[in-house]
Amino acid sequence: MAITFTLNGGRQTVNVNPQTPLLWVLRDTLGLTGTKFGCGMALCGACTVQINGNAVRSCVTQVSSVAGKTVTTIEGLSADLSHPVQRAWMAEDVPQCGYCQSGQIMAAASLLAKTAKPTDADISEALRGNICRCGTYAQIRRAVHRAAEIKAGGGKA
Amino acid sequence: MSAITVVNRRSFLRTGGIGLGLLLGFTLPERSKLAAQGRRPAVAAKPGAYIHIGTDDTVTFLITKAEMGQGTVTSLSMLLAEELDCDWAKVRTEFAPVDPASYGMQGVVGSASIRSSWAPLRQAGASARVMLLEAAAHRWGADKSQLRTERGFVVGTSPNQRLSYGSLSEAASKLPLPANAPLKDPKLYSLIGKPVKRLDTRDKVSGQAKFGIDARIPGMVYASIARCPVFGGKVSSFDDTKAKAIPGVKNVLQISTGVAVVGENTWAAMQGRKALEIKWDEGPNASQNSAAISRMFADLAQKPGAVAKQTGDAEKALAATAKKLSAEYEAPYLSHAPMEPLNCTAVVRGDSCEIWASTQMQSGSRDAAAKAAGLTPENVKVNTLYMGGGFGRRARVDYVGETVEIAKAIPGVPVKLTWSREDDMQHDFYRPASYVKFGGALDAEGWPSVFTARVACPSFGAARGNGVDSTAVEGLHTLEYRIPNLTVDYHRADAGIPTSYWRAVGYTQNTFFAASFLDELAAAGGKDPVELRKRLLAESPRLLGVLEVVAAKAGWGAPPPGRFQGVAVVNNIGSFTAQVAEVSVTQGKLRVHRVVCAVDCGHVVNPAIVRQQIESGIVFGLSAALKGAITIDRGRVQQGNFDSYDVLRID
Repeated sequence: MAITFTLNGGRQTVNVNPQTPLLWVLRDTLGLTGTKFGCGMALCGACTVQINGNAVRSCVTQVSSVAGKTVTTIEGLSADLSHPVQRAWMAEDVPQCGYCQSGQIMAAASLLAKTAKPTDADISEALRGNICRCGTYAQIRRAVHRAAEIKAGGGKA
Repeated sequence: MSAITVVNRRSFLRTGGIGLGLLLGFTLPERSKLAAQGRRPAVAAKPGAYIHIGTDDTVTFLITKAEMGQGTVTSLSMLLAEELDCDWAKVRTEFAPVDPASYGMQGVVGSASIRSSWAPLRQAGASARVMLLEAAAHRWGADKSQLRTERGFVVGTSPNQRLSYGSLSEAASKLPLPANAPLKDPKLYSLIGKPVKRLDTRDKVSGQAKFGIDARIPGMVYASIARCPVFGGKVSSFDDTKAKAIPGVKNVLQISTGVAVVGENTWAAMQGRKALEIKWDEGPNASQNSAAISRMFADLAQKPGAVAKQTGDAEKALAATAKKLSAEYEAPYLSHAPMEPLNCTAVVRGDSCEIWASTQMQSGSRDAAAKAAGLTPENVKVNTLYMGGGFGRRARVDYVGETVEIAKAIPGVPVKLTWSREDDMQHDFYRPASYVKFGGALDAEGWPSVFTARVACPSFGAARGNGVDSTAVEGLHTLEYRIPNLTVDYHRADAGIPTSYWRAVGYTQNTFFAASFLDELAAAGGKDPVELRKRLLAESPRLLGVLEVVAAKAGWGAPPPGRFQGVAVVNNIGSFTAQVAEVSVTQGKLRVHRVVCAVDCGHVVNPAIVRQQIESGIVFGLSAALKGAITIDRGRVQQGNFDSYDVLRID
């Protein structure tokens, strides 16, 4: 079955089993491996992408449900690492193993799009579902605050 | 742009292969735990390669150690770059191939990467620098001693004498290796000791970093394996009719670890695997459970075991003392649960095999692949990719062997095996459960005079020498407390549950046990826990050092109202560490507010990475202490995913 949606700014049509989770369509069918498999049950957040701007777990999202919608993955967040969240993540040197970071970044970007100056409580609420086994939580928290400053400063920081 | 290309193989090896640029290598001695256990392969004298300087002035370092977040890519590059005196901004890295002749055993266990690379990598950088100086001296007809290097250039005495490394690399590569290239005065270091930014961050925030699970090989198929839920069980019979009816399922085959379903994508393979109907022969562990394991360990701990450490005569001293204490502690099995589920990609073509893997044991992966393919290790090519966490789990290479088994059955077709999270949690090699019975006594002034620890714990290495597995008793038999009568003994207590490296293994249980029991002794003697430790560690200056720092920084003895403090101090593989935790208890619920940590880990190459690692260890330890436990019922693990095995989150 052909399913068409907007992916990272371009029109994308895939011909797959409509029940296939978006995660596996992105990774196996389309080769966008920045979105990670972690649990398959929306428990860890590694597969987080944005659908119409909202942070969504792609491992439990059937590809048929994104027909006509706009999907953004880590590869589409910016062409040149210029997104405030990516810039803040680099400035704070957040990643260790790095596996969960695509999901963390996509969730943080979605938070900042809705809440320009998130509090610590806002950050906890938005990122509680994103597990990092390396324990980079303190750096993530600092980086989200920094990203908010970068964004408020019109991209300067 | 990723520094590592998966399909378009290593640019370095390509250019290196035709002799372009400077190739330089030395044999890296491997001093890991495994090496100490005598599993080290013989290292021939043939040198390998670490440095490539392109004619375009790019500098590529071959990283022989795998990267799981611990920072090897950055730290090892810093060692090379410091002595090479190249432009750090132009440094690129690639993972080295598995090459025992050049590199010895390649693996990352036992916190040994920096220790084993410190001397040889700096020497490699220094030698390359001397060869570049020499090449410039030849070109200018100058005296080498009059020349110097400056961030990627050789500079002469006259203003126009300035050549980039790239323009000299080809000539330099033809020169003989200098015998004793001088090393920099540490006072002049511009990288080592500085909080240099990680080289892998850009790729890890852009989604471009290639982990094992991201390998994509043309024509690749995808696999999922159903394994017997009971440890030690095997397939009795299976019906794959329904599995084969799932759209996208291509093949079903039995392998040594279970039944594999091969599909045109991961989802199809996983759906097919769910549709398998398998009868298992559950084997001898079918009735094993956590309560029985705990009882068995506790029973063992009641009678004397193999002696791991003996100072004085604890038995006699105990009998002669009025003020005695005893306590028993228990820790559960734990899963590693790295964020990247286990996976491997492999292809078998005739008499060769190639694998793409996120593994802590590159050498072991090569051997496992060779065994499964029925080939010699020389015919196996290992491509190392980033690990999405390892924590010791990826020191086991079971997932490599089973991937190659599948690949061998469909020759010429690359296969990517992906474990589900449930597979990962239920077929782990767990942090061993452990049970320790302590005994102690106090002298007339209330200071500890006796300290005994009897350990009942599985052994995943062969029990060594006198029947003691040092991995199971580390953190106890290594205690440096000056207590006149101190005994540690050990019972090997195997319960049929696979166990292995998990962070620092024995230290993860025993440090907690020993610190807790010492505090019980302190309380019984009316002593302050820090003061007691200071007295007992008076002859261990580095432990004493970190203890004093942590007590001062944590404001020991004066916690905020409603909060309590606990302290521990340990020397784990040469890193002297002390921590103070500040906690509160509300309605029986423990909350950790703050952990203060002091570390003396010797010469620090990158303080920012050390800091990351320590913070990471604290979070991992808190997950273990406050959240996780793997429990067994009917021979199988009861946890399956992060709902039943929770870990620390951002809040």
